[in-house]
Amino acid sequence: MMPEISLNILDVAENSVRAQASLIEITVSVKPEEDTLTVWIRDDGCGMTPEQVSNVQDPFYTTRTTRKVGLGVPFFKQAAESTDGSFQISSELGKGTAVKAVFTLSHIDRMPLGDISSTIHTLIVFNEQIDFRYTYEYGDRSFVLDTRQMREMLGEGISFSEPEVSAFIKEYLETNKSETDGGADI
Amino acid sequence: MKSLEELRAIREKMQGKVGVRAENENQIRVVVGMATCGIASGARPVLTALSDAVQEQNLSEKISVTQTGCIGLCQYEPIVEVMEPGKEKVTYVKMTPEKALEVLRLHLLGGQVVTKYTLSAAQKNNA
Repeated sequence: MMPEISLNILDVAENSVRAQASLIEITVSVKPEEDTLTVWIRDDGCGMTPEQVSNVQDPFYTTRTTRKVGLGVPFFKQAAESTDGSFQISSELGKGTAVKAVFTLSHIDRMPLGDISSTIHTLIVFNEQIDFRYTYEYGDRSFVLDTRQMREMLGEGISFSEPEVSAFIKEYLETNKSETDGGADI
Repeated sequence: MKSLEELRAIREKMQGKVGVRAENENQIRVVVGMATCGIASGARPVLTALSDAVQEQNLSEKISVTQTGCIGLCQYEPIVEVMEPGKEKVTYVKMTPEKALEVLRLHLLGGQVVTKYTLSAAQKNNA
């Protein structure tokens, strides 16, 4: 199991990276009035066949050759379902894959969201060839970070891993998250 | 809310500085395992600690920090591999941010392999 939901997100988004996605959309939506925490991860990568979609939820399936188990998707599914939530994965070959996990916010077995800003920062800075659109919602407030807008403002040729840019991204994510959720403990 | 406008200011400030950092042959490559096994064992803070330290200390010309998938040694994660040109690869196992910064200071900057954290030391202890 992953100790934080944000680590499940990092892990499953790495699948999108390996699927050669050019755009990965991640949404984290906390709705206290509905008692849910919902995570969507969508990519436009290589997609999977219906058979692979069902296999990928099986811990004893992986495309890797370095080990015989693949726990990324099963961990995420189990984390959501153990909170009386739900988990869906849909995919189309050549089109992309979408994952949706719904957690019951107040359930005793729900892992903390954890350091989601650090997860998104890691994904953006270390996968600069991929565009990311991250949306964070809390109640009816929200903010978005779209790396395509960032690229437009920053111009070509300046890397997201430049210290000033990287620090800005981190600060942007952290400040806007706490202004969106009022520093709620999630 | 913070706005992306600040990026324009960063862009202005960095005009002319761009392109200085080229891939160079003498660069030390530091690779952190970031598959399910690595992430579950705490690789994200290790990666962040290393890349932050490299940026803060202005070492990015000398050291590049990147991520990789699973190398099949899941029980030893988080794993950090150090590849120095002309030298044998060193595999550090069961890393934490603190241990990783020690490796940065002693090995990457000081040139001394931190033997106690290496894979061979861990395997010896298990034997």
